[in-house]
Amino acid sequence: MLPDTMTEPTNFTGSHSLLRSLEYEGVEIIFGVPGGAILPAYDPLLDSPIRHVLARHEQGAGHMAEGFAQATGLVGVVMATSGPGATNLITPLQNALMDSTPIVAITGQVATSAIGSDAFQEAYTTGLAMHCTKHSYMATDADDIPNLIHEAFHLASTGRPGPVLVDIPRDVLKQITTWREPHLNNLPGYKPTVSGHPMQIRAALDMIEKAERPVLYVGGGVIKAGAAPELLAFAEAVNAPVVTTLMARGAFPDDHPLALGMPGMHGLYTATTAIQKSDVLVSLGARFDDRVTGDPNAFAPDAKIIHVDVDPAEIGKVRAADVPIVGDARSVLNDLLSGLRARREVADSPAREDWFAQLSRWKDQYPLAYEQDPDGPIKVQHFIERLYSITGGDAVVAAGVGQHQMWASQFWGFREPRSWINSGGLGTMGFAVPAAVGAKVARPDDLIIALDGDGCFQMTCQELITATTEEIPVKIIVFNNGGYGMVKQWQNLFYGGRLSAVDLGFTYPDYPKLAEAMGCVGLRVDHPSEIDNAIEKVLSVNDRPVVLEVVVDGEEMCFPMVPAGGSNDRVVMRRDEL
Amino acid sequence: MQHTLTVLVEDKPGVLARISAMFSNRAFNIHSLAVGPTHQDGRSRITLVVDAPELEQLKKQLNKLVNVIKVQEMEPAEALEREVMIVRISAQPATRGEVRDTASLFDARVIDISSSAMTFEVAGTPQHLRTFLEHLGPYGVIDLVKSGRIAMKRESELSPAPVTAGVGR
Ligand SMILES: Cc1ncc(C[n+]2csc(CCOP(=O)(O)OP(=O)(O)O)c2C)c(N)n1
Ligand SMILES: [Mg+2]
Repeated sequence: MLPDTMTEPTNFTGSHSLLRSLEYEGVEIIFGVPGGAILPAYDPLLDSPIRHVLARHEQGAGHMAEGFAQATGLVGVVMATSGPGATNLITPLQNALMDSTPIVAITGQVATSAIGSDAFQEAYTTGLAMHCTKHSYMATDADDIPNLIHEAFHLASTGRPGPVLVDIPRDVLKQITTWREPHLNNLPGYKPTVSGHPMQIRAALDMIEKAERPVLYVGGGVIKAGAAPELLAFAEAVNAPVVTTLMARGAFPDDHPLALGMPGMHGLYTATTAIQKSDVLVSLGARFDDRVTGDPNAFAPDAKIIHVDVDPAEIGKVRAADVPIVGDARSVLNDLLSGLRARREVADSPAREDWFAQLSRWKDQYPLAYEQDPDGPIKVQHFIERLYSITGGDAVVAAGVGQHQMWASQFWGFREPRSWINSGGLGTMGFAVPAAVGAKVARPDDLIIALDGDGCFQMTCQELITATTEEIPVKIIVFNNGGYGMVKQWQNLFYGGRLSAVDLGFTYPDYPKLAEAMGCVGLRVDHPSEIDNAIEKVLSVNDRPVVLEVVVDGEEMCFPMVPAGGSNDRVVMRRDEL
Repeated sequence: MQHTLTVLVEDKPGVLARISAMFSNRAFNIHSLAVGPTHQDGRSRITLVVDAPELEQLKKQLNKLVNVIKVQEMEPAEALEREVMIVRISAQPATRGEVRDTASLFDARVIDISSSAMTFEVAGTPQHLRTFLEHLGPYGVIDLVKSGRIAMKRESELSPAPVTAGVGR
């Protein structure tokens, strides 16, 4: 811990205070790109123990901070200059807002005297951030910096986590100041509720105990709350099946007998249908997203809803809750569990034989399916299964957005929280490469693999130069299906096969060459018989990033599928069912 | 349906912008908005009249803003609601007396006058202002501005006084 106040050298500025404040918050890594307005902060950075990872684009830096945060639960930090630096951050900020990822963005701003004058590289950053952060600040006095940064970290990491932006004008960065240990100002409008109301906890238990067809509908909030162990204990104690949304993959082990996998638009038949037929649906840190509910009016029509969320605004937003519980998932699960134990022996859980028999019939009848012709072309699903089997699933997997993302979620067996990093709410193409880089920086000893699409890869692949130069050996699998597979699938299914602007071709770029040019090892595989070999090669490189291009079937479609806005009663398993 | 909300906020930069940004972002409509300081340092109160079928989500989204301290919905029966209006009514010398007499029933003050118009200041409940306009409107409204509604919760248990011209201000 740093002393309360320090005698500073007379040239101790706002920038020094910023760096010391970040150190005080425990920051070890900043992802960023410098520029005019933020320049003053980059000078003391040279003397700081904080490592700066120089991204090639601020969007990349932002997604790295998100990958870092998703992989660890810590606050990710990104730094950028004013104007274009700040506007390039909008996508990751909104992405972090939608996925409740704790990041703090520090942006430079033109000097206070120039604000509002359309100065060079001026943008109204706090205004832009208003719609895409949990909160934002503009520093007006360098003496406030320690408290502002402290507050920013507090807001980003507590309650429902999210992105917070601190905009600092250049003159404030250069202002002579002293550093004081921050204290949390009273925030009269910000008091997140942590514990659920005891009465509602009892009501929830009554309802779950009586349920014949309960389902635990688990969202990303469970991972954020660090509640995976509590979830496991509770699910076993009440003997209820568990579905994990796209944001919650890994919150519950897929190989557990109670696990039903991912529900929703491309979810597993049994997961989607179990919710649909449930009589009690226990939502834990999930938000009834349209990709999960399909037509909300036809969603789980017979279910009573227990809705647990730390954000009161989520409760009742889409579906009225019969038992609303505002609270942190971990605290509420603990209370539910101790409430249950006070009532009875856990061994006396209702057997719910009919329900489990029904679930296993669905699993047998409607498994995930695809066909891999041994002569090719390679199917993404098959490749993912091989990768899973060869790595034993001991990896953190990041994904882009599109068909490959859905297949990754469907075919990878997740066992641990924070082993799946993806852009769920915003669906941001280009997320995977920088997010994987951020995750690898955070967890250098773990195997970090991005499963990316060719379209997504082309949006942010320059961050592999960052990975090479900063010695961050990520592994990138690019599924080259010659285009925007997911968009093409919609055009095939809903626009009569009229393909418009979805063809990227298989030829350019030459992925291995592009990878080599960026200092990575570049590999390609295009025949099923070569897959295992290629994977072994990818796994054998540990001193540099590796890119493996997997040339795959460009016509394959992703199923199961509930067409957008359709009822979850109709899960389409094959193309000819549409 | 119109609802009146009073929102106690921290007097921080951008707080009003954040609130209006949230409204436009979530497609809620603001009918009127009035903002001013309270008796407490660093606290302002915003009175919003909103058009929304249902307020629950709106209140929650307001509460979610870090600088929003308290959101209260005012049921009409328990609300003390006031508004100020400045209105310029066409009044030729021949009708001036009539206009002034009618306006005086509403305790409206003449604050400007010209050869063809009189300008009044009227304060009272929204109903009071509506009734004023029902009676004076036919002479011809040339210009009109309203302060936006402000409101406070009634302390007394009394049901609100019946609104008639001249009372209920
Ligand atoms: C930034 C951004 N632009 C556009 C889209 C719309 N979009 C969704 S999926 C997709 C295609 C993704 O292509 P690819 O990465 O090759 O994945 P595939 O579906 O082929 O597996 C597009 C264009 C998006 N999600 N994000
Ligand atoms: Mg593709």
